[in-house]
Amino acid sequence: MPKNKTGLPCLKDYIPIVGEDTIEELKLLASRLKGKKIQHINSTRVGGGVAEMLARIVPLMRELGVDIEWDVIEGNADFFSVTKKFHNALHGRPEIITDKDFDVYLETARTYNRTTKINGDIVFVHDPQPIALIQNKKKLKDVKWIWRCHIDVSTPDERVWDFLSAFVEGYDASMFSSPKFTRPLKIPQFLICPAIDPLSDKNKPLSKETIAKVLSKYGIDSKKPIISQVSRYDYLKDPVGVIDAFKLVKRYVDAQLVLIGNSAADDPEGEEVLAQVRERAKDIPDIHILLIEPENNDIEVNALQRASSVIVQKSLKEGFALTVTEALWKEKPVVASAVGGIPLQIKNMYSGLLCHCVEGAALKIRQFLNNPAFAKRMAHNGSMHIKHNFLLTRLIREHMLLALSLGQKGDIITL
Amino acid sequence: MPDKKKKNPFCFCTHIELRESTGLKARNARELVNIIKDVPGSVIYYHMHVFLQQHQFLSPEPPNAFAYWAAKILGEDVLGEHLGSIDVYQYNTIRALREKIIEVIEGYLFNAKEIRNAPQGKEFDFTKSRTFIMPTPYIAHNLSDMVEALKKITIRSIDFHVFNARLRLERGTNDFSNWIETTLGYPKLAAKLERFDPYTYTLENLRQHIIDIIVNSPEWGIDNAKK
Repeated sequence: MPKNKTGLPCLKDYIPIVGEDTIEELKLLASRLKGKKIQHINSTRVGGGVAEMLARIVPLMRELGVDIEWDVIEGNADFFSVTKKFHNALHGRPEIITDKDFDVYLETARTYNRTTKINGDIVFVHDPQPIALIQNKKKLKDVKWIWRCHIDVSTPDERVWDFLSAFVEGYDASMFSSPKFTRPLKIPQFLICPAIDPLSDKNKPLSKETIAKVLSKYGIDSKKPIISQVSRYDYLKDPVGVIDAFKLVKRYVDAQLVLIGNSAADDPEGEEVLAQVRERAKDIPDIHILLIEPENNDIEVNALQRASSVIVQKSLKEGFALTVTEALWKEKPVVASAVGGIPLQIKNMYSGLLCHCVEGAALKIRQFLNNPAFAKRMAHNGSMHIKHNFLLTRLIREHMLLALSLGQKGDIITL
Repeated sequence: MPDKKKKNPFCFCTHIELRESTGLKARNARELVNIIKDVPGSVIYYHMHVFLQQHQFLSPEPPNAFAYWAAKILGEDVLGEHLGSIDVYQYNTIRALREKIIEVIEGYLFNAKEIRNAPQGKEFDFTKSRTFIMPTPYIAHNLSDMVEALKKITIRSIDFHVFNARLRLERGTNDFSNWIETTLGYPKLAAKLERFDPYTYTLENLRQHIIDIIVNSPEWGIDNAKK
């Protein structure tokens, strides 16, 4: 695959997948952004879907001629512990949040507001960690501010939401992945789903030899059906629930379960969940609990997904769930909870199977394993759905459109 | 005729949509119809075409979003079928289409013994779309140019000239048919391009169907001879 100086795929590499017309369209939009600088700010460069996405869209938009940069705020372990609690609380999970937690947040916000340089004409701020950057708005009057919320805040802990919404309302616009994730706000709420890079190490096609090598490295039997879930070890991803579902599948089908997880730099809770997972799995045969750190291991995750017979995402709460996007793109039958952004990606019985409980997940996994033709049809539909709606080129297009739309009135706009 | 063609070439445009939440949600068919009465036309257009655009690989694709929600979420199969079988191509304005949707839902509610609520979290979310219209480099002066461009243009350009132009921009007909009649002077070919129901095709199949109608018409030979 041809690559540019950075070793990453360049725009022309996407033409065989999305078509030349799509790339031409991106160039046209980029030309309309001449003279504007775009800045993205989040809390980590490695780990998690946001960092992965920014690592790809920034160089590609630069290649399109867009003046763009990506910056990361500084934060310490205490700050990330608090923002992790905020994250859970926004998802509606009970958390004990003290006044001290808010103080820790505000203290770090004061520091990052001092140290983060705002260079953009249009600034995309991702998630709650850097949200207080909006306090710079008064001194930077010409800057347009967009808050990109990657999580589902539809049923939040009201105390945390009230604290954060005071910042949110200062933005010029917000971006959510689904209408289901939104809250009543005075600012416009644009709906832009995230996307995957079909040419990244995590998603590109792999040879049979590469896949076999990875299975052998982790001692996974290539002849026995593989059920897998790829996710951080996080309560909200319900890895324990996946083990419970696997136990029910195992009564009838001699399969194996592969849990593939990592811990993101801003997620201090992972160790605790991993211990619970190991405890629950200890007496059940054929469960592989893998700890694969995000750096330099994308090909292994890719291989494990491609080797899977069924991919599961049994989350209790989700953001958009890019792991589902990845699984569908690889033309795999997917069983996933009907939460967060998953129903946007899977229309039940069209492009995969949705579940609501452990028993439901187990039944649907068995349906796929026992009906290969049905599984193949769902998987093909799922892959096509991703191709048309959730690849990186669509995300780049919508980011540019949003930047262009700020200040425009009316529902029909001629560019 | 050659002067008219030079003056009025067919300029292919494309459109891109940016979705915006209205914040409005319906829990049941009664709330659905009440909100439908008041939302901007761009909301109606979006929900009647979203599956056509998103599921362009499926044929037949799922019906419009109102029908899908009524059948799959509310479990109101009869209402879902009525909404799904609205013949959108018979409506030249969103106003008329909206009235038809309202008539279908109110007709159903009139006879309904109970009104079912959607489970929490599965309410119907009203979304509006902002459409950005952009020129493409493709221009046609005759049928041959048009077919060549049709083979290459983005699928959203076909979507724009067939669906948006007719209903959202209220041009009354699709742009291809209109140009072929008014600029090239081929009313029979224009009528053929207006007579089929584009809602029963995937967008890729629609592209091919339009090309087939043009190249298999007597006007194709006549127009090529004029070049």
